Amino acid sequence: MGSQKRIAKELAELTESPPEGITVRLADESNLYNWHVYMEGPENSPYHKGTFLVNLNLPTNYPFKPPTVSFGTKIYHPNVTNDEKGSMCLGMLRPDEWKPSSKIVAVLQFARQLLAEPMPDDAVEGRIAEQYRTDRKRYEEVAREWTRKHATGKKA
Amino acid sequence: MHTKTPYPLGSREEFYLFFSLTDSAHSICGLPQKPFTTPPLTRKRKAAEAAISDNENTSATKRSDPPSRNATGSSSSNSRENTTSTTTRRESDSTAATSGDLEVPVRKKASDLATPATTTGSMDSDDDFMSDASSQDDFLDTQGSDDESLGEVDFGDDIDMGFSQDKDIIRHTRKPYEVEFKVLDPEDIDREQKQQINEVSLILGLPPESAAILLRYGRWNRERLIESYMDHPEETLEEAGLGTNFEETPKTEVQPGFMCEICCEDGDDLETYAMRCGHRFCVDCYRQYLAQKIREEGEAAKIECPGDNCHRIVDSKSLDLLVTDDLKDRYQALLTRTYVDDMDNLKWCPAPNCEYAVDCPVKRRDLDRIVPTVKCSCKHHFCFGCTLNDHQPAPCKLVKMWRKKCEDDSETANWISAHTKECPKCHSTIEKNGGCNHMTCRKCKHEFCWMCMGLWSEHGTSWYNCNRYEEKSGSQARSAQAKSRASLERYLHYYNRYANHEQSAKLDKDLYLKTEKKMTSLQSQSKLSWIEVQFLDTASQALQQCRQTLKWTYAFAYYLARNNLTELFEDNQKDLELAVESLSEMFEKPVPELANLKVDILDKTAYCNKRRVILLSDTAEHLKSDTWAFNIDWKNDGGVLKTTPP
Repeated sequence: MGSQKRIAKELAELTESPPEGITVRLADESNLYNWHVYMEGPENSPYHKGTFLVNLNLPTNYPFKPPTVSFGTKIYHPNVTNDEKGSMCLGMLRPDEWKPSSKIVAVLQFARQLLAEPMPDDAVEGRIAEQYRTDRKRYEEVAREWTRKHATGKKA
Repeated sequence: MHTKTPYPLGSREEFYLFFSLTDSAHSICGLPQKPFTTPPLTRKRKAAEAAISDNENTSATKRSDPPSRNATGSSSSNSRENTTSTTTRRESDSTAATSGDLEVPVRKKASDLATPATTTGSMDSDDDFMSDASSQDDFLDTQGSDDESLGEVDFGDDIDMGFSQDKDIIRHTRKPYEVEFKVLDPEDIDREQKQQINEVSLILGLPPESAAILLRYGRWNRERLIESYMDHPEETLEEAGLGTNFEETPKTEVQPGFMCEICCEDGDDLETYAMRCGHRFCVDCYRQYLAQKIREEGEAAKIECPGDNCHRIVDSKSLDLLVTDDLKDRYQALLTRTYVDDMDNLKWCPAPNCEYAVDCPVKRRDLDRIVPTVKCSCKHHFCFGCTLNDHQPAPCKLVKMWRKKCEDDSETANWISAHTKECPKCHSTIEKNGGCNHMTCRKCKHEFCWMCMGLWSEHGTSWYNCNRYEEKSGSQARSAQAKSRASLERYLHYYNRYANHEQSAKLDKDLYLKTEKKMTSLQSQSKLSWIEVQFLDTASQALQQCRQTLKWTYAFAYYLARNNLTELFEDNQKDLELAVESLSEMFEKPVPELANLKVDILDKTAYCNKRRVILLSDTAEHLKSDTWAFNIDWKNDGGVLKTTPP
């Protein structure tokens, strides 16, 4: 139905005036529903200087159903699962929070904000959240190390 | 990850399934099968014993009002007198009357209760905590009054008052273990709901669809809601997801130059809709949004405006304007569902495919003192407190603890500790696999005797023949072992009997399914008419119900501390058990004999029912007056063993 038009419009807006530190492109030019998002680690965060691949998938009944986001690049973060899925927990993507008029740009900005300020209370990686709370220095070290290892160089 | 459980209409059946699954599962879960199940032989033997005792049955009948009951402690002599007198009177009734008494269809009872005049007339302060629901207004006012500040019905104070007054007549209308309740069909629920909406709508001068949203927001606590509205009307409306603008009637519009924010369509003939919050979308998107919320997410009461960050609730008038009829029905059904879920005095009957709800005024905090068993019009008996199957006489919390205990591995651990021993030195668990008593711990190389747990070096020359009991080193190790063994045996005693009744009830149930067949064959073999063979059906129902009760008496008794009251309880339990086993025995007789046994079966059925009533009344009264002594402090912390038994 209208979803293609809406998605095309959002994509056009994002490509024309991308928000800070975020670049989007289609994973496959013929498929509007899978996006590759490249997210730069925010300054003043251990992810700085890293570029992270975020996969954004839109359901066919978008925008009535929320998109899903996952990290394609390994990242050491309380709110991202430390496995090959790299799933992310975003409150606004919950079915009861999502509104059809919510925009992808808001989702991406929120995700990037989460890199700058993790939310240990909504963590999916309890251990990292614990470390974030109690031993911030060590957490930053590891996160920086992972960023250097996985999110810099040719990959991105 | 965030996952939201949708709440589709079907979920209730799933709940029920879940319960019945766990119900049947605890014989397997975590418990070693063999030592726990009663072998069929035991059952046979029991039946035989019951048959023998049946001969003494006449004496048992005479004992039916146990003389010991009059000798109970004087703590609540008033209440004792009352009950005893009523019990005796009831027993002098003819058997037929007693059995008939239990057969009164609840539907009828429910409709009686529905008339406030009848209910209040026949009830008194004795049961104040229940009779409140007789008046619609009253019980609504107490809705959600768990917050102690609001006017509440004090259950605790009523108890003594009730017993001190002579209310024998009331006792006849409802037994101490019965609670007042009313079964509501979907229309009743709908009517109640509408009535409340209209009343609030009139009081506050708001349109009914807005009053409905307000009520749902306030979980149908009218008093608090009206107060809140009177104090801060605008904030309340805003919080509830309503605006302050109520003038226009909703209608769709065509606005030139409009582009829908959801589908990004534009066009001059695009029909659009916006609620009073002004967030305008095309009608197609609005429809799809509502359809998805209602059909897929099972949401109704809290559907918000599709606008980003707008928390305005979609009202029923807007909904009516936009969606198709079948969705409207589903929407209404979902609203009814949330209505029942929101009301503390309403619960859905958990039976599969049953669409009735039960209205019972028993509060959560009363559950320590009362076991509110209700019977739905679909004939399903369940506990209003926890919606599990009827578990009288055990209170909900004890039931929960017992089930957990049975399901937990805790008893497996107990089993292990009874069948294995610990190295007296390093406490590794050791199982003896045959051979000599000279144990050498593989871990710490400690040498000890398996029999006495004492040091092997103290054994001197008495190899392989441990006859040393007095030695200190052994006795300490042994006492720890004995303790765990005793606690396990105590548990097993109750568990075996509990499980046996559960099992027997299942077998009786199988028999019940054959009852109808039996009845037909009885009809053809003897000259009895169909109505005359109904006694088998009655007997079978009595068996089911009594076994259900017996089963839970064992869970209940497990937590009872030893005292006179407990012994009386066990006497009652024994009487009921004997009666049930002997009825069960008769019931299994070959068909040709059944016709001749009709009078006996009828008598025994009535007797069983009577014993059950006595047992339940007694338990319920002591629960109400808080006179039971338990071996755990279950009311407060959910089961820490008391260090010193009372």
